[in-house]
This record gives sequence, C-alpha cells and structure tokens, in this order.
Amino acid sequence: MSELRKISRREFMRRTGQAGGGLVFALTFASACTPAEQAAAPEEKQAASVAPNVYVNIRNDGIVEIYCHRSEMGQGIRTSLAQVIADELEADWDKVEVLQAIGDEKYGDQNTDGSTSIRKQFDLLRNAGATARDMMLAAAAATWDVPADECVARRHAVHHEASGRSAGYGELVDTASGLPQPESAEFKSRDDYRYIGKPMDTIDGMAFTTGTAVYATDVTLPDMVYATIERCPVLGGKVASLDDTAAREISGVVDVIRMPEPTVPPVFNVLGGVAVLATNSWAAEQGRKALKIEWDRGANATYSSDTYKKQLIASASAPGNVMLNRGDADAEVANVHEATYYAPHLAQAPMEPPAAAARVNDDGTCEVWACTQHPQAARDTVAGTLGLDKKQVTVNVTLLGGGFGRKSKPDFIAEAAWLAQRAGRPVKVQWTREDDIRHGYFHAVSAQYFRAGMDADGVTKTWLHRTSFPSISSTFAPDVPGPQADELGLGAMDCPWDVPNLRLEACDAPAHVRIGWLRSVCNIFHAFGACGFVDELAHLKGQDPKDHLIDMIGPARLIDPAADGGKFSNYGQDLAQHPVDTGRLAGVAKKVADMAGWGRELPEGRGLGIAAHRSFLSYVGAVAEVSVDADGKIRVEDMWICIDAGLVVNPDRVHSQMEGAAIFGMSLALHGDITAQGGAVVEGNFDTYPVVRIGEVPRKIHTHIMPSDELPGGVGEPGVPPIAPAIVNAYFAASGERVRELPLRNLGLV
Amino acid sequence: MAVKLVLNGQETSLDVDPEMPLLWAIRDIAGLTGTKYACGKALCGSCTVHVDGRPMRSCAIPVSTAAGKTVTTIEGISDDGNHPVQIAWRQLNVAQCGYCQSGQIMSAVALLERNPNPSDDDIVSAMSGNICRCGTYTRIREAIQRAAEGQS
Repeated sequence: MSELRKISRREFMRRTGQAGGGLVFALTFASACTPAEQAAAPEEKQAASVAPNVYVNIRNDGIVEIYCHRSEMGQGIRTSLAQVIADELEADWDKVEVLQAIGDEKYGDQNTDGSTSIRKQFDLLRNAGATARDMMLAAAAATWDVPADECVARRHAVHHEASGRSAGYGELVDTASGLPQPESAEFKSRDDYRYIGKPMDTIDGMAFTTGTAVYATDVTLPDMVYATIERCPVLGGKVASLDDTAAREISGVVDVIRMPEPTVPPVFNVLGGVAVLATNSWAAEQGRKALKIEWDRGANATYSSDTYKKQLIASASAPGNVMLNRGDADAEVANVHEATYYAPHLAQAPMEPPAAAARVNDDGTCEVWACTQHPQAARDTVAGTLGLDKKQVTVNVTLLGGGFGRKSKPDFIAEAAWLAQRAGRPVKVQWTREDDIRHGYFHAVSAQYFRAGMDADGVTKTWLHRTSFPSISSTFAPDVPGPQADELGLGAMDCPWDVPNLRLEACDAPAHVRIGWLRSVCNIFHAFGACGFVDELAHLKGQDPKDHLIDMIGPARLIDPAADGGKFSNYGQDLAQHPVDTGRLAGVAKKVADMAGWGRELPEGRGLGIAAHRSFLSYVGAVAEVSVDADGKIRVEDMWICIDAGLVVNPDRVHSQMEGAAIFGMSLALHGDITAQGGAVVEGNFDTYPVVRIGEVPRKIHTHIMPSDELPGGVGEPGVPPIAPAIVNAYFAASGERVRELPLRNLGLV
Repeated sequence: MAVKLVLNGQETSLDVDPEMPLLWAIRDIAGLTGTKYACGKALCGSCTVHVDGRPMRSCAIPVSTAAGKTVTTIEGISDDGNHPVQIAWRQLNVAQCGYCQSGQIMSAVALLERNPNPSDDDIVSAMSGNICRCGTYTRIREAIQRAAEGQS
C-alpha cells in the first residue's frame, strides 16, 4: 500500500465527515487493500490475521472479515453472501465484518447481473466458509496434537470434546497462518444451517438510516474537481463546433475538455461530448449550461419512435428466423386467434444516477471509485481507455444507489478516468437525471406477434410467437440485424405451454440507441405478450383464466428447448441441475391464486388477473387486483406474488425483492416509456418518465416463498416479468377491454 | 459571499454563490453527503432536509433562502442513529439500496413532528414526493406507523 493511499484515506475521512463506523470504513477504504496488505500496514496496527482464501480473513482479535466480491445495489448481497460464508465457517455473526472487494479476477465472476450471486456462487461461497473452518480445525488439531476429526467447529471456536479443550478462532490465527490453504471441504448438512435460510437483518442498516452509507456520488478525493458532461442528444453524434468562452467565465469552472468521440459500436466506451470541470457541482452545472455546441448528429438522427413502432410491428407480422420448432405451427385448426403486443424502451433510472471518481497517480496508475455492477469490466474498460495494463488500474466498488442493469456498463467510469488523466487531478463525474434518462443503455422496444390455433373442443394445438426488438448485441458489434438466441432464451425459448405444434421466430430490428440490460431484460416483454395472449385465449374459450393458465402449462414435465432445435442457454446453468419444470411453474400459479382468493365475488369495476413465468431459474406467479373508476382510470388495489427460487439464503431479502419487483413491474406497466424524436430521447426526468409513487401502491404486497429443497435460483429479477401481464389481465377482467400495449398511461388509463 | 445558517445545530458560514442550491452547499461545501442528489428538480425527495423544521427539497432552493435559518440533515436528526424513525426503519429492514432513504426518513420525521398519529392517508400525502425505485413503499408505510406507535 502506497503512502499516498494512506494519506488520502485519512484526508477522505476528514473531508467527507464520516464518523468511521466499522462497516462504512471497511466499505470505503479497506476495499482497496488485500488482506495481506492490511495486515502489513504498520500504522493501522492491524491484528495479525490469516486468509484461508480470498473471501475470508480471520484476525487474531477474533474478527472474521468477509470480502464481498459482488456489488450491493439493494438486493442485500452483502448480508446474504456473508450469511453463507459465516454459516459454513461456524462464525459468530456478531464477529463478522463485511468488506467490499475491489475488481479482480482472483475473486472469480464479479458481474452482479443476471440474478447470479447466489444461484451461481452458492457452492463457491460455501466452500470459502468451509475451507476456512477446516483451517481452524487443522490449527487446533496441530496445537493440541490430536486428530482433526476429533475436533468440531462451533460458534467461532474449535472444541475437542474428549479433552474438554476449546480455542477461539482468534487464538488459532498464528498457528493457522503456517498451514496450507485448504482447497475444498465438506459442506454442512442443511439441518445444521445457522444463518442460511434465516431472515438476518441487513448489515448496512445503520449506515442506510444515518446517511453514512457511501455511494460513488459521495466519494471525495483531495484536490478533486467535479465534472459534468454535455453529450450529443443522438447516439454517435459528434461536436461540430464548440464555443466555451462563457462557460470558462463562470466562477468555479476550472476547465472545459472535449471528450473522445464515441465509437461504433458503442460498447462501454465514452460517449463523446464536452466536459466542464469545476470546484463544485453547481459551478460545473452552470458552466455546462453556458456551453455553445453545435452537433453533427449523425445517422441515428432519423430515429423516431412513432415510425419505428410501425416498422417493428410490421417486422413481427412477417416470418422471421425460426429459433425453435415443434410439429407444425401452421397446421390446420378449427379456430385461430392472433394478436400483436407492443412495449416501449425503458430506462433503468436508478435513484443514484451514474457517478464515478478517479485519480491518476504520478506513476500513471489509476484508481477509481464507482457504483459498478461489473468491477472487472470497469477495470478492463478503464485500462483500455487510458492505455494501461489492467494491473495498473484499481476499481474500488462503492455501494450502488440502485443498479437495475444500468451500472453493468462502466462507460461513466471510463469518463471519470479519462478526465482524471487529461486534467492531471482527481475528477468525479456525476450524471444528471436527464443524462441518465437520455443517454442510457435502454431496455429494448419490442413487438410480439402471437397466433394460436384451437381444435373444435377449444384445446390449443398450435402456437406461433414472433418477437422483434433491437438486440443488446448491437451495443457490442456493428450491424446486428435483430434478436439473438441468448435473448430468446429470456422467456421465449422455454415456452411452457403444453402444445404439440410450436414455433418461435426472431424478426429483425435495427438499433438506434444503446441497448442494454434492465431488470429481467427480454423476460419483461416476452412474459407480457405470452401471459397476456394466454389470458385472451381463456376468455375466447370461456374458461376461467387461472384454470386455463394451468391447463396451458399442462402436466408436470421437464422441457428441453434443444429437443425443438432451440439454442437455450438456461441462464448459463446446467439444464440437468436446473430444468425447466412445468410442475413448479404450475405450483406457483396455483399457490398465488389461492393467496389472492381467486374466484371470489368482486364488485363491479374490479378484476383479478394472473400470470406466471420462469426466469433466471426461478418461478414466479403473480395476481393483481385492479379497479377501474368512473373516469376509466385504473388502480392496482392489491397484489400477490409467489416465488419458487429453490433454497433461499435470506427470506426477508427475498420477500423485499418480490415487493420491489412488484413495484418495478407496476412502474413499467403503468408509466414507463422512453421515446425518441430526431434520434434524441424526449423524456428527461421523473416528470416525463414517471415511476410509481407511494400513493399508487397497494397497502400491502403479499409475498410467499415456496419451501423447496431445489438448488437456488435467481431472486433479483424473476419477480418483475409476471407483473405487467397480471395487471393487464386484471384490467380485462374489470373492464372487458384488452390492453396489448404498454404503458397504460399512454392509453389514458392512468 | 458567505451564507450563515445553523446546520445540524452548528453555526455555519458557507462561502458560496448564494444561488447555489442548498443541496450542493450541504454536500460539496459542508461535506455532509447523507443528503442525496437524484433529480435536481424537486421531483423525487432524495435531497429532503428540514429548514426551520419543515421538509424542503434542497436541490431546488438556493442556499440563500436558508440564511439565518436552521437546517437539519439526516446526519442531524439523532446523535446515535436511534431516532424512533431510524429504529423502525432498521427493525423492518426498509432499505434496499438505501439511496433514497435519507430523504424518506427526513420526510417521515417531519410528518411525525407535526402529526404524531398520522392516518394512512396522511402518510401517503406526506411521502408522495419521495420516490423509491427499489420499491420499499409498503415497508416505509409500516415503519412510519410503527415509529408513531413508539413515540405516542
């Protein structure tokens, strides 16, 4: 650890007025240091410690430090991850401190995206705890000269029952430090779990409620300047001319710097534009307003949402590339029903707009502090932007004030690093809300065409689904024509309906804005279309929508899209371990219907709607109860959600994710709409891009977690997809009007 | 020009452009970062502070309007983080990402100070200016009721 860093840490403390509470301190500063570095820092007077692996460091004062290598953005991973490790380690929860890891491959996958933290890393985390526990056992056995298998670890100590001896973990550190790091260890049996499966309080609760939690936007460095960037309203546009005279005259403005031009494809690179650097945020903002810029808007200036919508619907109305085929979806049937669904672009709009602070040191190395979901991509992007080796880049991960996919893309971090290098002093880049809404990586606009064929008995025999939307791949490669197989794997390819003839087609759609991930991604529109259309069929057949949904799901069975030619990625996990299980899908549908009292009498103008969807290896059923008032306005009166996510680590955080998903789903169903005119995004803040407020939300969102021994599935995203279709299906039940387009606000219903 | 105010009980003089929004004076100049920027237009409530006891959106008022007044931020509502609202917030694990919660808590504290037993409608009315994108609203409502019960 360099002297510079030590100084800056103290300075940072002083300047931000932080009280230095353990967790906050750890999150902000210790994140930059490896356990070995911390132990070696003399001025810190750190206790000697032993690190059984990169995730655990046991100090001889008995404190167990757990390195959280996943980003905290509200899902509670700093708590849940520590629960898993502490449980296997038999650590005392009160002696656990969670530190935030920097971006480094030594931690394995850190990309906090795809609801993967527990579902993909449960064994890795258990192993981190279990090997640390075994190291303590080995140290005690060596100390007492007894066989290790005569020792047991329990509550932060090792016990040798035969001789009655015990030693706390802290006491064993010196001995353990001479032992090899165990690579694998046996896991506890589920019956012995102490923390896994328990609703532990959020470890950051005190920081969250006292204003001491540190987000990227809160980072202050010595000699730092505040930067804000005016970017071209149109993707790919460039500065044609710049007059920064007035901007430079604003008191507090330090510099005006033209950013590097945007790249095609945009990837995670800077977006171009003009940066204003100032001694405070207000001066920077004033300077930015005083810039006189003429733009060369480029080829995307023709992008208009009104025109594009027509193109997209036309694309989905014509045959596309066949991605999945079973039987003959064109087979002759007695009755045919078809419909087209449309959903717009969305912005993630995390409450903390993108922000990052960066410093380039005298030796050319760069250190950033950022609210990133993807610390290693941030490191690679910064290194690439500055022409450094990634070993010269340190990415400190702060708390994230929401992410929802936006902060998977480190473009804003590259901006801060580039400006810090160019300015020769530390820089914090702060995006405004308007920047966030207008220059994001947007959730794709989509059109879905569905056609179902029924036999004379009303049984669905054919199902054709065409999906058209600009691909996320367009952000990373030029000239991507339309949806890619991995995107169809998000809620289309694992179609659960029990139909003998099924075809899925991908229809072309070019991208004119940056397309990116948003909480549950393509599952949003695939579930909206499929669950809405299934509800249509129920009413056409005169069947109860819940019974019909369960009939469509059919008998309990495992679906393998590969059997129908589908290249199904199953969210990056083994289909044998995480099958597409229609029994579990029907299970959540039945349970949530029971929770909602499905079938009960409702007053005039009220309706219940149901939807169920598998995503990220978990199954979620949702029921919405809506009312329609005399003016035709909709209100969501009540909401029920049931998730089957296999084993859950922290049920309280799972409940909270379901509550949040319901509200996120309500926002996109009722309000969310990003549009472009002349290539520029029209919306800009929460007035034109509204999200749900407290008064629109039911008093209680009823959530249920299915007890399960299955392997863990995802939790952060799967609650979102069934919400919008449950609401539009409830609206149909209440009003008799079918909605096939989001958001409801655009139809005058909100 | 220096703007003088009482910030979290301390006489404070801030040498700033009087037009600077109170938010940036608190964050960039006074160095108190618990108050958050999220919209800049008084649309979301993340920047809520108390000016002479009333909840205000600090992003949309110039620091000069706080001259001679008392300003309380999230850092100033209790010495130890144990204001009844803060306790209720933790008991119910309200926060998800936590970012908007300073503003939520400041709006809730102001509500309970003028109305110790708020009805559900009172809560909705007082809190409707505060956006939470994570969707913690149902727990916010419950936490305010719990804090009210604890106070009364």
